[in-house]
Amino acid sequence: MNAAQRIVSGDVRAVARLIRDIDDMLPEAREVLKDLYPFTGKAYVVGVTGAPGVGKSTLVDQMVAHWRKAGKTIGVLAVDPTSPFSGGAILGDRVRMQRHSMDEGVFIRSMATRGYFGGLTQSTRSAIDVLDAMGKDYILVETVGVGQDEIDIVQSADTTLIVLIPGMGDDIQALKAGILEVGDIFVINKADREGADRTVNDIRLMIEMDEKRYKNGWKPPILTAQAVFDKGIAEILDEIENHASYLRSSEEKRSRVRYEKARNNLVEMIRDRISMEVLSDIVQSGEFEDAVQLIVDRQIDPYTACDNIISKKLRPGTK
Amino acid sequence: MNQRRKIRVLVGKPGLDGHDRGARIIARAFRDAGFEVVYSGLHQTPEEIVQAAIQEDVDMIGLSSLAGAHMYLFPRVVELLRENGADDVVVCGGGIFPEEDVPRLKKAGIKEIFTPGTPLPEIVNWVEENVRPRS
Repeated sequence: MNAAQRIVSGDVRAVARLIRDIDDMLPEAREVLKDLYPFTGKAYVVGVTGAPGVGKSTLVDQMVAHWRKAGKTIGVLAVDPTSPFSGGAILGDRVRMQRHSMDEGVFIRSMATRGYFGGLTQSTRSAIDVLDAMGKDYILVETVGVGQDEIDIVQSADTTLIVLIPGMGDDIQALKAGILEVGDIFVINKADREGADRTVNDIRLMIEMDEKRYKNGWKPPILTAQAVFDKGIAEILDEIENHASYLRSSEEKRSRVRYEKARNNLVEMIRDRISMEVLSDIVQSGEFEDAVQLIVDRQIDPYTACDNIISKKLRPGTK
Repeated sequence: MNQRRKIRVLVGKPGLDGHDRGARIIARAFRDAGFEVVYSGLHQTPEEIVQAAIQEDVDMIGLSSLAGAHMYLFPRVVELLRENGADDVVVCGGGIFPEEDVPRLKKAGIKEIFTPGTPLPEIVNWVEENVRPRS
């Protein structure tokens, strides 16, 4: 059996290894992904995002438990930040999901963001494809939701949950134009804390102000939960189902969503690939660092430096 | 971009042992050394640790035990890795052990044992010399 066949048959080690190769950006991984592609497109992908400490991992843990009771299989991708100083990362999301580690119907994988050459969006999407091809019914992608990369990841989900906690009122103002706009369902977790009602109202106001956008479409529901006590989880899963049926409700909507996703995905893939092709040699040869130093010493301007590199690397007909 | 393969490590606390300060400090030192560290949390069975290690495709498992059950728990992890065809994962351990247990643990397949007082850079160096990210 080749790697792709092993993954489709549910071989956990083969899946784990391929995700590693994707993370490490091995060109071989791409070949396996090509073989796997015909087996993808069946899983339902749910993004769970929110600031550190709002309870994403605990929420994911409870959602997994509920879906498992309903006989569904689950893949979890938990993304945690890479230290910009050392390049290392502590991936601690598993701690909250320990009880599922012996369950063969659940595959949990921690991923680090890996910094600016990391291609996080691409590697997460590829990892989603792997778990999809492996046959998981639901795939949960947990991210901190900061920065464009993570917004892109979230947008590749079918349904996006934004998790907040009471007292985040003022932060909501700051976040408004960012990640909040891509939320399909809002969850106010730790709702037993003071100020939950106010946070619900803040979000409601934000949504109402955007009425035009939601008029003929999906208006994001706002739910409260206490994930630690398993409260409010069933309601969240119901809303995910509602959102799924909304997406399925018309062929036109469905093909538009698919088109948008395929388009974004391809644009990003090309962008990542080009920057990789351009950068890999010159980073290794030190040419890149030299150019940076020249800019720092103000011996060259960054526009010319960029022109030089691009014209050298992207001349038509050469590689 | 041919970026270097990163070392991935799982730091695990097997058994009924509620003290993970040491394990967390080790996790932090590994992070600062540029490794990707999966922390499994407290009260794990060897079975759970091995399943997590396989799903996370780690190169090494670092086990911490302060509760006295290391002579069962550590070798059991090695055994389960072998049963799952994952015996290329390096296992090492840290904690408080009677001196005479150390050679017995090593014989059981634990590659290195670190006892209290070992400087962090020494542990990090050992990992860098003895654990290769798989290729």
